[in-house]
Amino acid sequence: MKRLIVLFLALVTLCVTLPVTAQDTMPPAPYAYRQLDDPALEARAQGLMETLRCLKCQSQSIADSDAPMAGDMRHQVRTRIAAGEDPEHIRQWMMDRYGDYVSYAPQVSRTTWPLFAGPLILLAIAALLMWRRFGRRG
Amino acid sequence: MKAWRFFLPLAIFLAFLGVAAWQLTQPKDEFVHSAFIGKPMPQFAMRAAAADRPGLALADLKDGKPKLLNIWASWCVPCAAEAPQLAALKAQGAPIVGVAIRDRPEDVAAFLSRYGNPFDRIGADDLSQLQLAIGSSGVPETFVVDGNGVIRYQHIGDIRASQVPMILEKLREAGQ
Repeated sequence: MKRLIVLFLALVTLCVTLPVTAQDTMPPAPYAYRQLDDPALEARAQGLMETLRCLKCQSQSIADSDAPMAGDMRHQVRTRIAAGEDPEHIRQWMMDRYGDYVSYAPQVSRTTWPLFAGPLILLAIAALLMWRRFGRRG
Repeated sequence: MKAWRFFLPLAIFLAFLGVAAWQLTQPKDEFVHSAFIGKPMPQFAMRAAAADRPGLALADLKDGKPKLLNIWASWCVPCAAEAPQLAALKAQGAPIVGVAIRDRPEDVAAFLSRYGNPFDRIGADDLSQLQLAIGSSGVPETFVVDGNGVIRYQHIGDIRASQVPMILEKLREAGQ
């Protein structure tokens, strides 16, 4: 029985690992999976990587993705932060090339301002209604 | 209370429903378009990705003649499907330079001997650095770069046979 289970597990792993097509065979970029030696710098890099979108797998951040391109982006983020660049400067660099879409950090812009203004307007209307209903009596 | 004020919330809700329904029927654009169109190519110099073609640097793009910059890889399946169209573009006089993403020289050589080599130069982009620097998000992609090294157009995905005349037109526009 034990041997059967081992055989079954071996077969399952084979099925999972075999079909890796349309991926390159190059080793990952040096800093794709290696953290920076300085924990403070690594923390800054991590914060940025968690809020940059993987372009190959568009619902993941580059910190979450194993796509080679995401690895290359992590390498670039880590080496540039190690060289003293500000994370927000790197984010802007990415947004200059891929648009707002590449960043997960919410930003007020010409298209997104109603998302921020909407709740405030609704709150103001609610406050006005409440005041008209109850405020004047007291 | 006036009747219209009574029905106002329902009207707003229906309007919201209408907008949502309309949006759901619109085709979604899955592509991430480069925001670098109209901007100059960055400084770069890449080693040769194949033995029989030189590498690629910014100076090669600034020789006064517009070019197609094809971003591809030997491990990319649509790139193989695109090969006949690149050959057709080359045959019709389009200068093409290649950027091989994360590729090994032996794989590049095998791909080119199998599918043909339309490239005047092929640079190796081992860390996707040039790709990231010009806002390209995958392979294959084809950029039209004018004679001053300014990006004029981006085509995402493999070039279909029906799109060859359009690409030639974009190249011609870049030469004006």
